[in-house]
Amino acid sequence: MARVLVGVKRVIDYAVKVRVKPDKTGVVTQGVKHSMNPFDEIAVEEAVKLKEKKLATEVIAVSVGPAQSQEVIRTALAMGADRGVHVEVPAAEYDLLQPIHVSKILAKLALDEKADLVILGKQAIDDDANQTAQMTAAVLDWPQGTFCNKIEKTDAGLTITREIDGGLETIKTKTPAVLSADLRLNTPRYATLPNIMKAKKKPLKKVTAKDLGVDTTPRIEVVSVEDPPVRKAGATVADVDALVAKLKEGGHV
Amino acid sequence: ILPFQLQRCKSTLVVAEHNNEALNPITLNTISAAKKIGGDVTVLVAGTKCGPASEAVAKVEGVTKVLVAENAAFKGLTAESVTPLVLAAQSQFKFTHILAGASAFGKNVLPRVAAKLDVSPISEIIDVKSEDTFVRTIYAGNAILTLKSKDAVKVITVRGTNFPPAAATGGSGAVEQAPAGDYASSLSEFVSQELTKSDRPELTGAKVIISGGRGLKSGDNFKLLYDLADKFGAAVGASRAAVDAGFVPNDLQIGQTGKIVAPELYIAVGISGAIQHLAGMKDSKTIVAINKDPEAPIFQVADIGIVADLFKAVPELTGKL
Repeated sequence: MARVLVGVKRVIDYAVKVRVKPDKTGVVTQGVKHSMNPFDEIAVEEAVKLKEKKLATEVIAVSVGPAQSQEVIRTALAMGADRGVHVEVPAAEYDLLQPIHVSKILAKLALDEKADLVILGKQAIDDDANQTAQMTAAVLDWPQGTFCNKIEKTDAGLTITREIDGGLETIKTKTPAVLSADLRLNTPRYATLPNIMKAKKKPLKKVTAKDLGVDTTPRIEVVSVEDPPVRKAGATVADVDALVAKLKEGGHV
Repeated sequence: ILPFQLQRCKSTLVVAEHNNEALNPITLNTISAAKKIGGDVTVLVAGTKCGPASEAVAKVEGVTKVLVAENAAFKGLTAESVTPLVLAAQSQFKFTHILAGASAFGKNVLPRVAAKLDVSPISEIIDVKSEDTFVRTIYAGNAILTLKSKDAVKVITVRGTNFPPAAATGGSGAVEQAPAGDYASSLSEFVSQELTKSDRPELTGAKVIISGGRGLKSGDNFKLLYDLADKFGAAVGASRAAVDAGFVPNDLQIGQTGKIVAPELYIAVGISGAIQHLAGMKDSKTIVAINKDPEAPIFQVADIGIVADLFKAVPELTGKL
Protein backbone atom coordinates (compact mmCIF):
# COMPACT_ATOMS: atom_id res chain seq x y z
CA MET A 1 0.00 0.00 0.00
CA ALA A 2 1.37 3.33 -0.89
CA ARG A 3 -0.85 6.31 -0.90
CA VAL A 4 -3.92 7.24 1.10
CA LEU A 5 -6.36 9.95 0.09
CA VAL A 6 -8.43 11.29 2.94
CA GLY A 7 -11.43 13.55 2.51
CA VAL A 8 -12.12 16.33 5.02
CA LYS A 9 -15.14 18.64 5.17
CA ARG A 10 -15.49 21.95 6.95
CA VAL A 11 -18.81 21.99 8.80
CA ILE A 12 -20.52 23.99 11.53
CA ASP A 13 -19.00 22.80 14.80
CA TYR A 14 -20.88 19.86 16.31
CA ALA A 15 -21.60 21.73 19.55
CA VAL A 16 -23.30 24.69 17.84
CA LYS A 17 -27.09 24.86 17.86
CA VAL A 18 -27.82 25.86 14.27
CA ARG A 19 -30.31 28.59 13.40
CA VAL A 20 -32.52 28.51 10.34
CA LYS A 21 -32.50 31.70 8.22
CA PRO A 22 -35.75 33.71 8.37
CA ASP A 23 -36.10 33.49 4.57
CA LYS A 24 -36.03 29.66 4.82
CA THR A 25 -33.20 29.25 2.30
CA GLY A 26 -30.74 27.55 4.63
CA VAL A 27 -29.11 27.81 8.04
CA VAL A 28 -27.02 30.72 9.30
CA THR A 29 -23.34 29.96 8.66
CA GLN A 30 -21.83 33.45 8.85
CA GLY A 31 -20.06 34.18 12.08
CA VAL A 32 -20.71 30.62 13.28
CA LYS A 33 -17.89 28.41 14.55
CA HIS A 34 -16.80 25.83 11.99
CA SER A 35 -14.45 22.89 12.34
CA MET A 36 -13.50 19.61 10.72
CA ASN A 37 -16.38 17.13 10.42
CA PRO A 38 -15.87 14.77 13.43
CA PHE A 39 -15.98 11.64 11.26
CA ASP A 40 -13.28 13.10 9.02
CA GLU A 41 -10.98 13.59 12.02
CA ILE A 42 -11.31 9.86 12.56
CA ALA A 43 -10.53 9.21 8.88
CA VAL A 44 -7.39 11.38 9.08
CA GLU A 45 -6.29 9.66 12.28
CA GLU A 46 -6.65 6.24 10.66
CA ALA A 47 -4.66 7.34 7.61
CA VAL A 48 -1.89 8.77 9.77
CA LYS A 49 -1.86 5.58 11.84
CA LEU A 50 -1.41 3.53 8.65
CA LYS A 51 1.59 5.71 7.82
CA GLU A 52 3.03 5.28 11.30
CA LYS A 53 2.69 1.51 10.90
CA LYS A 54 4.57 1.85 7.59
CA LEU A 55 1.52 0.55 5.74
CA ALA A 56 1.19 3.83 3.88
CA THR A 57 3.86 6.04 2.43
CA GLU A 58 1.94 9.23 1.94
CA VAL A 59 -1.29 10.77 3.21
CA ILE A 60 -3.03 13.37 1.06
CA ALA A 61 -5.82 15.44 2.61
CA VAL A 62 -8.48 16.74 0.23
CA SER A 63 -11.26 19.21 0.86
CA VAL A 64 -13.88 20.44 -1.58
CA GLY A 65 -15.41 23.83 -0.85
CA PRO A 66 -14.89 27.57 -0.57
CA ALA A 67 -11.60 29.23 0.45
CA GLN A 68 -12.16 28.53 4.17
CA SER A 69 -11.94 24.79 3.47
CA GLN A 70 -8.18 25.28 3.57
CA GLU A 71 -8.49 25.59 7.37
CA VAL A 72 -9.54 21.95 7.70
CA ILE A 73 -6.81 20.83 5.30
CA ARG A 74 -4.27 22.61 7.55
CA THR A 75 -5.77 20.79 10.54
CA ALA A 76 -5.33 17.46 8.72
CA LEU A 77 -1.74 18.42 7.89
CA ALA A 78 -1.14 19.26 11.54
CA MET A 79 -2.47 15.82 12.49
CA GLY A 80 0.10 14.20 10.22
CA ALA A 81 -1.10 14.31 6.60
CA ASP A 82 1.76 15.03 4.19
CA ARG A 83 0.15 17.37 1.73
CA GLY A 84 -3.18 18.88 0.84
CA VAL A 85 -5.37 19.42 -2.18
CA HIS A 86 -8.04 22.10 -2.05
CA VAL A 87 -10.70 21.77 -4.71
CA GLU A 88 -12.15 25.24 -4.72
CA VAL A 89 -15.87 25.66 -5.26
CA PRO A 90 -17.27 29.20 -4.92
CA ALA A 91 -19.48 29.71 -1.86
CA ALA A 92 -22.59 30.41 -3.96
CA GLU A 93 -22.19 27.15 -5.87
CA TYR A 94 -21.19 25.19 -2.75
CA ASP A 95 -24.72 25.45 -1.30
CA LEU A 96 -26.02 23.04 -3.93
CA LEU A 97 -22.96 20.82 -4.15
CA GLN A 98 -23.96 17.24 -3.36
CA PRO A 99 -22.07 14.02 -2.59
CA ILE A 100 -22.49 13.07 -6.27
CA HIS A 101 -20.22 15.97 -7.22
CA VAL A 102 -17.74 15.42 -4.41
CA SER A 103 -17.48 11.70 -5.14
CA LYS A 104 -16.61 12.39 -8.78
CA ILE A 105 -13.96 14.89 -7.69
CA LEU A 106 -12.49 12.45 -5.15
CA ALA A 107 -12.52 9.60 -7.67
CA LYS A 108 -10.65 11.71 -10.22
CA LEU A 109 -8.10 12.77 -7.61
CA ALA A 110 -7.68 9.18 -6.39
CA LEU A 111 -6.69 8.16 -9.93
CA ASP A 112 -4.55 11.23 -10.60
CA GLU A 113 -2.68 10.80 -7.34
CA LYS A 114 -2.48 7.02 -7.73
CA ALA A 115 -4.09 6.43 -4.35
CA ASP A 116 -4.54 2.87 -3.08
CA LEU A 117 -6.99 3.77 -0.39
CA VAL A 118 -9.55 6.53 0.04
CA ILE A 119 -10.71 7.05 3.63
CA LEU A 120 -13.69 9.30 4.36
CA GLY A 121 -15.99 9.91 7.31
CA LYS A 122 -19.24 7.93 7.23
CA GLN A 123 -21.30 11.11 7.13
CA ALA A 124 -20.97 14.87 7.38
CA ILE A 125 -22.86 16.23 10.37
CA ASP A 126 -24.36 19.09 8.32
CA ASP A 127 -26.12 17.36 5.41
CA ASP A 128 -26.21 13.97 7.21
CA ALA A 129 -26.18 12.33 3.76
CA ASN A 130 -23.91 9.32 4.37
CA GLN A 131 -23.29 8.89 0.62
CA THR A 132 -19.88 10.15 -0.49
CA ALA A 133 -17.75 7.07 0.26
CA GLN A 134 -20.23 4.67 -1.33
CA MET A 135 -20.50 6.87 -4.42
CA THR A 136 -16.74 7.37 -4.73
CA ALA A 137 -16.30 3.58 -4.63
CA ALA A 138 -18.96 3.22 -7.32
CA VAL A 139 -17.37 5.79 -9.63
CA LEU A 140 -14.02 4.04 -9.27
CA ASP A 141 -15.51 0.54 -9.34
CA TRP A 142 -13.57 -0.17 -6.16
CA PRO A 143 -14.88 -2.17 -3.20
CA GLN A 144 -16.36 -0.22 -0.30
CA GLY A 145 -15.88 -0.75 3.41
CA THR A 146 -18.46 1.48 5.05
CA PHE A 147 -18.98 2.28 8.75
CA CYS A 148 -15.55 0.87 9.66
CA ASN A 149 -14.96 -0.11 13.25
CA LYS A 150 -11.60 -1.81 12.55
CA ILE A 151 -9.33 -1.93 9.50
CA GLU A 152 -6.59 -4.54 9.14
CA LYS A 153 -4.17 -4.87 6.26
CA THR A 154 -3.64 -8.40 5.00
CA ASP A 155 -1.56 -9.75 2.15
CA ALA A 156 -4.63 -10.11 -0.03
CA GLY A 157 -6.19 -6.74 0.79
CA LEU A 158 -8.13 -5.60 3.82
CA THR A 159 -10.13 -7.21 6.58
CA ILE A 160 -12.72 -4.76 7.81
CA THR A 161 -15.07 -4.88 10.79
CA ARG A 162 -18.19 -2.83 10.07
CA GLU A 163 -20.82 -1.42 12.41
CA ILE A 164 -24.21 -2.74 11.30
CA ASP A 165 -27.68 -2.57 12.83
CA GLY A 166 -27.54 -5.79 14.82
CA GLY A 167 -23.88 -5.69 15.84
CA LEU A 168 -20.69 -6.07 13.84
CA GLU A 169 -19.83 -7.61 10.50
CA THR A 170 -16.52 -8.67 9.01
CA ILE A 171 -15.77 -8.40 5.31
CA LYS A 172 -12.68 -8.78 3.18
CA THR A 173 -11.99 -6.40 0.34
CA LYS A 174 -9.36 -6.12 -2.29
CA THR A 175 -7.37 -2.95 -2.67
CA PRO A 176 -7.64 -0.30 -3.94
CA ALA A 177 -10.71 0.42 -1.83
CA VAL A 178 -12.82 3.22 -0.40
CA LEU A 179 -13.51 3.17 3.34
CA SER A 180 -15.76 5.23 5.59
CA ALA A 181 -14.96 5.74 9.25
CA ASP A 182 -17.46 5.15 12.02
CA LEU A 183 -17.14 6.79 15.43
CA ARG A 184 -15.40 3.92 17.13
CA LEU A 185 -12.63 3.34 14.59
CA ASN A 186 -10.16 5.32 16.70
CA THR A 187 -9.71 8.38 18.88
CA PRO A 188 -8.30 11.26 16.86
CA ARG A 189 -5.20 12.95 18.21
CA TYR A 190 -4.96 16.66 18.98
CA ALA A 191 -2.65 18.65 16.75
CA THR A 192 0.19 20.02 18.88
CA LEU A 193 1.38 23.60 18.46
CA PRO A 194 4.73 22.61 16.84
CA ASN A 195 2.82 20.41 14.39
CA ILE A 196 0.38 23.23 13.63
CA MET A 197 3.42 25.45 12.85
CA LYS A 198 4.97 22.73 10.68
CA ALA A 199 1.68 22.22 8.84
CA LYS A 200 1.86 25.78 7.56
CA LYS A 201 4.89 24.80 5.51
CA LYS A 202 3.41 21.62 4.03
CA PRO A 203 2.37 21.81 0.36
CA LEU A 204 -1.24 22.66 -0.43
CA LYS A 205 -2.30 22.50 -4.04
CA LYS A 206 -5.35 24.38 -5.30
CA VAL A 207 -7.46 23.12 -8.19
CA THR A 208 -11.03 23.65 -9.37
CA ALA A 209 -13.73 21.11 -10.20
CA LYS A 210 -13.43 22.27 -13.80
CA ASP A 211 -9.68 21.49 -13.80
CA LEU A 212 -10.66 17.94 -12.86
CA GLY A 213 -13.35 17.78 -15.55
CA VAL A 214 -16.19 17.37 -13.05
CA ASP A 215 -19.55 18.93 -13.86
CA THR A 216 -21.05 20.56 -10.76
CA THR A 217 -24.47 21.38 -12.20
CA PRO A 218 -26.98 21.28 -9.31
CA ARG A 219 -29.07 18.10 -9.08
CA ILE A 220 -31.49 19.43 -6.53
CA GLU A 221 -33.45 22.57 -5.82
CA VAL A 222 -33.93 23.68 -2.24
CA VAL A 223 -37.64 24.31 -1.72
CA SER A 224 -37.29 25.36 1.91
CA VAL A 225 -35.26 24.93 5.07
CA GLU A 226 -37.38 25.22 8.18
CA ASP A 227 -37.23 24.82 11.92
CA PRO A 228 -38.37 21.44 13.21
CA PRO A 229 -41.62 21.39 15.17
CA VAL A 230 -41.09 22.47 18.77
CA ARG A 231 -42.15 20.06 21.49
CA LYS A 232 -44.53 21.37 24.08
CA ALA A 233 -42.78 21.96 27.37
CA GLY A 234 -43.43 19.19 29.84
CA ALA A 235 -43.50 19.21 33.58
CA THR A 236 -41.25 17.82 36.24
CA VAL A 237 -42.79 15.64 38.90
CA ALA A 238 -41.75 15.56 42.52
CA ASP A 239 -41.27 11.84 43.09
CA VAL A 240 -41.54 8.36 41.64
CA ASP A 241 -45.15 7.97 42.76
CA ALA A 242 -46.10 11.04 40.74
CA LEU A 243 -44.17 9.63 37.77
CA VAL A 244 -46.05 6.33 38.00
CA ALA A 245 -49.34 8.25 38.17
CA LYS A 246 -48.40 10.22 35.02
CA LEU A 247 -47.44 7.03 33.18
CA LYS A 248 -50.79 5.49 34.14
CA GLU A 249 -52.60 8.64 33.01
CA GLY A 250 -50.84 8.37 29.64
CA GLY A 251 -51.86 4.72 29.33
CA HIS A 252 -48.26 3.50 29.35
CA VAL A 253 -48.68 1.12 32.31
CA ILE B 1 -41.75 14.32 -25.41
CA LEU B 2 -41.66 10.55 -25.04
CA PRO B 3 -39.23 10.32 -22.11
CA PHE B 4 -41.28 12.97 -20.35
CA GLN B 5 -44.46 10.94 -20.78
CA LEU B 6 -42.76 7.79 -19.59
CA GLN B 7 -41.71 9.62 -16.48
CA ARG B 8 -45.27 10.57 -15.70
CA CYS B 9 -45.93 6.87 -15.34
CA LYS B 10 -44.57 6.27 -11.86
CA SER B 11 -43.19 2.94 -10.79
CA THR B 12 -41.12 2.23 -7.73
CA LEU B 13 -38.64 -0.48 -6.92
CA VAL B 14 -38.25 -1.23 -3.21
CA VAL B 15 -35.10 -3.15 -2.31
CA ALA B 16 -36.20 -5.50 0.46
CA GLU B 17 -34.09 -6.11 3.53
CA HIS B 18 -34.13 -9.57 5.07
CA ASN B 19 -31.82 -12.04 6.73
CA ASN B 20 -32.80 -15.17 4.73
CA GLU B 21 -35.29 -16.07 7.47
CA ALA B 22 -37.55 -13.07 7.82
CA LEU B 23 -38.34 -9.75 6.24
CA ASN B 24 -36.90 -6.77 8.12
CA PRO B 25 -39.91 -4.67 9.24
CA ILE B 26 -38.34 -1.47 7.80
CA THR B 27 -39.24 -2.84 4.36
CA LEU B 28 -42.93 -2.41 5.26
CA ASN B 29 -42.38 1.24 6.18
CA THR B 30 -40.49 1.71 2.92
CA ILE B 31 -43.38 0.20 0.93
CA SER B 32 -45.67 2.81 2.57
CA ALA B 33 -43.37 5.58 1.34
CA ALA B 34 -43.47 4.00 -2.14
CA LYS B 35 -47.28 3.99 -2.05
CA LYS B 36 -47.27 7.66 -1.08
CA ILE B 37 -45.23 8.40 -4.21
CA GLY B 38 -47.88 6.56 -6.22
CA GLY B 39 -47.75 4.13 -9.12
CA ASP B 40 -46.80 0.46 -9.17
CA VAL B 41 -44.66 -0.97 -6.39
CA THR B 42 -42.20 -3.74 -7.20
CA VAL B 43 -40.12 -5.32 -4.45
CA LEU B 44 -36.73 -6.88 -5.10
CA VAL B 45 -35.69 -9.72 -2.81
CA ALA B 46 -32.06 -10.79 -3.15
CA GLY B 47 -30.23 -13.26 -0.98
CA THR B 48 -28.96 -16.78 -0.63
CA LYS B 49 -32.42 -17.86 0.57
CA CYS B 50 -35.32 -15.71 -0.59
CA GLY B 51 -38.37 -17.90 0.11
CA PRO B 52 -39.53 -16.49 3.44
CA ALA B 53 -39.02 -12.83 2.50
CA SER B 54 -40.50 -13.07 -0.98
CA GLU B 55 -43.57 -14.96 0.30
CA ALA B 56 -44.05 -12.33 3.01
CA VAL B 57 -43.60 -9.43 0.62
CA ALA B 58 -46.02 -10.83 -1.98
CA LYS B 59 -48.79 -10.62 0.64
CA VAL B 60 -48.09 -7.01 1.54
CA GLU B 61 -50.90 -4.70 0.56
CA GLY B 62 -50.06 -2.59 -2.47
CA VAL B 63 -47.19 -4.70 -3.80
CA THR B 64 -47.70 -5.35 -7.52
CA LYS B 65 -44.71 -7.54 -8.24
CA VAL B 66 -41.92 -9.32 -6.41
CA LEU B 67 -38.61 -9.92 -8.15
CA VAL B 68 -36.61 -12.75 -6.65
CA ALA B 69 -32.87 -13.22 -7.04
CA GLU B 70 -31.67 -16.25 -5.09
CA ASN B 71 -27.99 -16.77 -5.61
CA ALA B 72 -24.86 -17.59 -3.60
CA ALA B 73 -23.44 -14.34 -4.97
CA PHE B 74 -25.64 -12.43 -2.52
CA LYS B 75 -24.08 -13.89 0.62
CA GLY B 76 -23.93 -11.08 3.16
CA LEU B 77 -25.72 -8.77 0.69
CA THR B 78 -22.57 -6.84 -0.16
CA ALA B 79 -23.05 -3.57 -2.02
CA GLU B 80 -20.75 -4.86 -4.76
CA SER B 81 -23.08 -7.80 -5.54
CA VAL B 82 -26.48 -6.16 -4.98
CA THR B 83 -25.72 -3.02 -7.03
CA PRO B 84 -25.38 -4.76 -10.43
CA LEU B 85 -28.61 -6.67 -9.72
CA VAL B 86 -30.52 -3.45 -9.01
CA LEU B 87 -29.02 -1.93 -12.16
CA ALA B 88 -30.14 -4.95 -14.21
CA ALA B 89 -33.68 -4.66 -12.80
CA GLN B 90 -33.65 -0.92 -13.51
CA SER B 91 -32.47 -1.46 -17.04
CA GLN B 92 -35.28 -3.92 -17.70
CA PHE B 93 -38.19 -2.18 -15.96
CA LYS B 94 -37.19 1.54 -16.02
CA PHE B 95 -38.41 2.45 -12.55
CA THR B 96 -38.86 6.14 -11.74
CA HIS B 97 -38.00 5.61 -8.07
CA ILE B 98 -35.71 3.18 -6.26
CA LEU B 99 -36.20 2.95 -2.50
CA ALA B 100 -34.76 1.15 0.50
CA GLY B 101 -35.06 1.64 4.24
CA ALA B 102 -32.42 3.92 5.77
CA SER B 103 -30.85 1.06 7.70
CA ALA B 104 -27.16 0.10 7.62
CA PHE B 105 -28.05 -2.06 4.59
CA GLY B 106 -29.91 0.65 2.67
CA LYS B 107 -27.33 3.31 3.48
CA ASN B 108 -24.56 1.04 2.26
CA VAL B 109 -26.14 -0.04 -1.02
CA LEU B 110 -28.31 2.76 -2.42
CA PRO B 111 -25.66 5.50 -2.85
CA ARG B 112 -23.59 3.00 -4.84
CA VAL B 113 -26.61 2.31 -7.07
CA ALA B 114 -27.27 6.06 -7.48
CA ALA B 115 -23.67 6.79 -8.51
CA LYS B 116 -23.86 4.07 -11.15
CA LEU B 117 -27.06 5.69 -12.48
CA ASP B 118 -25.40 9.12 -12.25
CA VAL B 119 -28.13 10.52 -10.02
CA SER B 120 -27.97 12.31 -6.68
CA PRO B 121 -29.48 10.07 -3.98
CA ILE B 122 -31.77 11.42 -1.27
CA SER B 123 -31.04 10.11 2.20
CA GLU B 124 -33.49 9.28 4.94
CA ILE B 125 -36.64 11.05 3.80
CA ILE B 126 -39.27 11.75 6.43
CA ASP B 127 -42.04 12.71 4.00
CA VAL B 128 -43.08 12.63 0.36
CA LYS B 129 -44.53 15.90 -0.99
CA SER B 130 -44.82 14.77 -4.61
CA GLU B 131 -43.08 12.42 -7.00
CA ASP B 132 -40.00 14.69 -7.10
CA THR B 133 -40.22 16.65 -3.84
CA PHE B 134 -39.13 15.11 -0.56
CA VAL B 135 -38.53 16.14 3.02
CA ARG B 136 -35.50 15.17 5.08
CA THR B 137 -33.70 16.43 8.17
CA ILE B 138 -30.26 18.04 8.20
CA TYR B 139 -27.98 19.23 11.01
CA ALA B 140 -28.91 16.41 13.39
CA GLY B 141 -32.61 17.06 12.97
CA ASN B 142 -32.33 20.77 13.76
CA ALA B 143 -33.51 21.83 10.31
CA ILE B 144 -36.03 20.35 7.91
CA LEU B 145 -35.04 20.45 4.26
CA THR B 146 -37.63 20.17 1.51
CA LEU B 147 -35.90 19.49 -1.80
CA LYS B 148 -36.88 18.94 -5.38
CA SER B 149 -34.87 16.36 -7.27
CA LYS B 150 -33.96 17.19 -10.85
CA ASP B 151 -32.77 13.66 -11.66
CA ALA B 152 -34.70 11.32 -13.95
CA VAL B 153 -34.55 8.46 -11.45
CA LYS B 154 -34.98 9.15 -7.76
CA VAL B 155 -32.86 6.96 -5.50
CA ILE B 156 -34.08 7.32 -1.93
CA THR B 157 -33.62 5.87 1.52
CA VAL B 158 -36.59 6.08 3.89
CA ARG B 159 -36.60 6.79 7.62
CA GLY B 160 -38.75 3.93 8.87
CA THR B 161 -40.17 5.73 11.90
CA ASN B 162 -41.82 8.40 9.73
CA PHE B 163 -43.97 6.04 7.65
CA PRO B 164 -46.48 3.52 9.04
CA PRO B 165 -45.79 -0.10 8.11
CA ALA B 166 -47.78 -1.30 5.10
CA ALA B 167 -50.35 -3.99 5.95
CA ALA B 168 -48.62 -7.36 5.87
CA THR B 169 -51.72 -9.06 4.44
CA GLY B 170 -54.22 -8.39 1.71
CA GLY B 171 -51.79 -8.14 -1.16
CA SER B 172 -51.23 -10.53 -4.02
CA GLY B 173 -48.04 -9.53 -5.78
CA ALA B 174 -46.88 -11.64 -8.71
CA VAL B 175 -43.62 -13.41 -7.93
CA GLU B 176 -41.12 -13.41 -10.78
CA GLN B 177 -37.46 -14.15 -11.28
CA ALA B 178 -35.22 -11.07 -11.23
CA PRO B 179 -33.05 -10.53 -14.31
CA ALA B 180 -30.39 -13.25 -14.38
CA GLY B 181 -26.74 -12.34 -14.41
CA ASP B 182 -23.34 -13.03 -12.95
CA TYR B 183 -23.54 -10.98 -9.79
CA ALA B 184 -20.64 -12.49 -7.86
CA SER B 185 -18.10 -9.75 -7.21
CA SER B 186 -14.43 -10.41 -6.74
CA LEU B 187 -14.01 -7.01 -5.06
CA SER B 188 -15.31 -7.95 -1.64
CA GLU B 189 -16.38 -10.93 0.37
CA PHE B 190 -18.64 -11.32 3.38
CA VAL B 191 -16.88 -13.20 6.19
CA SER B 192 -19.06 -13.19 9.28
CA GLN B 193 -21.41 -11.32 11.57
CA GLU B 194 -21.31 -11.03 15.31
CA LEU B 195 -24.82 -10.00 16.26
CA THR B 196 -25.77 -8.81 19.71
CA LYS B 197 -28.09 -11.45 21.10
CA SER B 198 -31.15 -10.19 22.86
CA ASP B 199 -34.62 -11.40 23.77
CA ARG B 200 -35.84 -7.82 23.81
CA PRO B 201 -37.69 -6.17 20.94
CA GLU B 202 -35.61 -4.67 18.17
CA LEU B 203 -34.79 -1.02 18.97
CA THR B 204 -36.14 0.74 15.88
CA GLY B 205 -39.50 -1.04 16.09
CA ALA B 206 -39.97 -1.06 19.87
CA LYS B 207 -43.02 0.62 21.41
CA VAL B 208 -41.15 1.44 24.62
CA ILE B 209 -37.43 2.19 24.94
CA ILE B 210 -35.45 2.61 28.13
CA SER B 211 -32.18 4.34 27.38
CA GLY B 212 -29.10 4.87 29.51
CA GLY B 213 -26.24 7.34 29.37
CA ARG B 214 -23.03 8.25 31.09
CA GLY B 215 -24.93 8.58 34.38
CA LEU B 216 -25.17 4.79 34.63
CA LYS B 217 -21.44 4.80 35.46
CA SER B 218 -20.82 1.18 34.42
CA GLY B 219 -22.03 -1.61 32.18
CA ASP B 220 -23.12 -3.63 35.22
CA ASN B 221 -25.48 -0.85 36.26
CA PHE B 222 -27.37 -1.25 33.00
CA LYS B 223 -29.02 -4.16 34.78
CA LEU B 224 -31.21 -1.53 36.48
CA LEU B 225 -32.49 -0.56 33.04
CA TYR B 226 -32.99 -4.17 31.92
CA ASP B 227 -35.12 -4.79 35.02
CA LEU B 228 -37.21 -1.73 34.26
CA ALA B 229 -37.42 -2.69 30.57
CA ASP B 230 -38.81 -6.11 31.57
CA LYS B 231 -41.80 -4.36 33.16
CA PHE B 232 -42.67 -2.74 29.83
CA GLY B 233 -41.45 -5.41 27.41
CA ALA B 234 -39.19 -2.58 26.27
CA ALA B 235 -36.01 -2.37 24.25
CA VAL B 236 -32.88 -0.88 25.83
CA GLY B 237 -30.87 1.82 24.08
CA ALA B 238 -27.98 4.07 24.96
CA SER B 239 -26.35 7.41 24.34
CA ARG B 240 -22.99 7.70 22.61
CA ALA B 241 -21.32 8.37 25.95
CA ALA B 242 -22.51 5.02 27.29
CA VAL B 243 -21.31 3.21 24.18
CA ASP B 244 -17.94 4.97 24.09
CA ALA B 245 -17.42 4.13 27.75
CA GLY B 246 -17.96 0.48 26.86
CA PHE B 247 -21.12 0.06 28.98
CA VAL B 248 -23.05 -1.44 26.04
CA PRO B 249 -22.37 -2.45 22.40
CA ASN B 250 -22.45 0.20 19.65
CA ASP B 251 -25.57 -1.16 17.97
CA LEU B 252 -27.60 0.17 20.93
CA GLN B 253 -26.61 3.76 20.20
CA ILE B 254 -29.50 6.14 19.57
CA GLY B 255 -28.78 9.45 17.88
CA GLN B 256 -27.71 11.34 14.78
CA THR B 257 -25.13 8.72 13.89
CA GLY B 258 -26.75 5.74 15.53
CA LYS B 259 -30.35 4.61 15.29
CA ILE B 260 -33.34 6.90 14.90
CA VAL B 261 -36.26 5.78 17.04
CA ALA B 262 -39.76 7.10 17.68
CA PRO B 263 -41.44 4.85 20.25
CA GLU B 264 -44.64 5.54 22.19
CA LEU B 265 -42.60 5.96 25.34
CA TYR B 266 -38.91 6.84 25.67
CA ILE B 267 -37.38 6.87 29.13
CA ALA B 268 -33.97 8.59 29.16
CA VAL B 269 -31.98 7.67 32.24
CA GLY B 270 -28.79 9.52 33.10
CA ILE B 271 -28.68 11.10 29.64
CA SER B 272 -27.93 14.84 29.46
CA GLY B 273 -29.60 15.28 26.06
CA ALA B 274 -26.87 16.45 23.68
CA ILE B 275 -28.00 17.66 20.22
CA GLN B 276 -26.70 14.44 18.69
CA HIS B 277 -28.75 12.24 21.02
CA LEU B 278 -31.93 14.28 20.66
CA ALA B 279 -31.64 13.81 16.87
CA GLY B 280 -32.34 10.14 17.39
CA MET B 281 -35.31 10.23 19.75
CA LYS B 282 -37.11 13.56 19.78
CA ASP B 283 -39.97 12.25 17.65
CA SER B 284 -40.92 9.84 20.44
CA LYS B 285 -44.57 10.29 21.51
CA THR B 286 -43.84 10.63 25.22
CA ILE B 287 -40.40 11.34 26.63
CA VAL B 288 -39.57 10.76 30.27
CA ALA B 289 -36.27 12.02 31.71
CA ILE B 290 -34.68 10.79 34.90
CA ASN B 291 -31.65 12.91 35.72
CA LYS B 292 -30.16 14.45 38.82
CA ASP B 293 -29.10 17.61 36.98
CA PRO B 294 -32.09 19.98 36.71
CA GLU B 295 -30.24 21.97 34.03
CA ALA B 296 -29.79 18.95 31.71
CA PRO B 297 -31.07 19.81 28.20
CA ILE B 298 -33.06 16.56 28.13
CA PHE B 299 -35.64 18.27 30.37
CA GLN B 300 -36.37 20.75 27.54
CA VAL B 301 -37.84 17.97 25.40
CA ALA B 302 -39.17 15.70 28.15
CA ASP B 303 -42.92 15.51 28.69
CA ILE B 304 -42.37 14.18 32.17
CA GLY B 305 -39.19 14.86 34.08
CA ILE B 306 -37.98 13.80 37.47
CA VAL B 307 -34.92 15.36 39.04
CA ALA B 308 -33.56 12.46 41.04
CA ASP B 309 -30.65 10.09 41.53
CA LEU B 310 -31.25 7.33 39.00
CA PHE B 311 -29.78 4.71 41.34
CA LYS B 312 -32.69 5.38 43.70
CA ALA B 313 -35.43 6.38 41.26
CA VAL B 314 -35.08 3.55 38.73
CA PRO B 315 -35.30 0.62 41.22
CA GLU B 316 -38.16 2.41 42.97
CA LEU B 317 -39.98 2.85 39.65
CA THR B 318 -39.37 -0.79 38.71
CA GLY B 319 -40.75 -1.85 42.07
CA LYS B 320 -43.91 0.23 41.73
CA LEU B 321 -44.89 -0.93 38.27
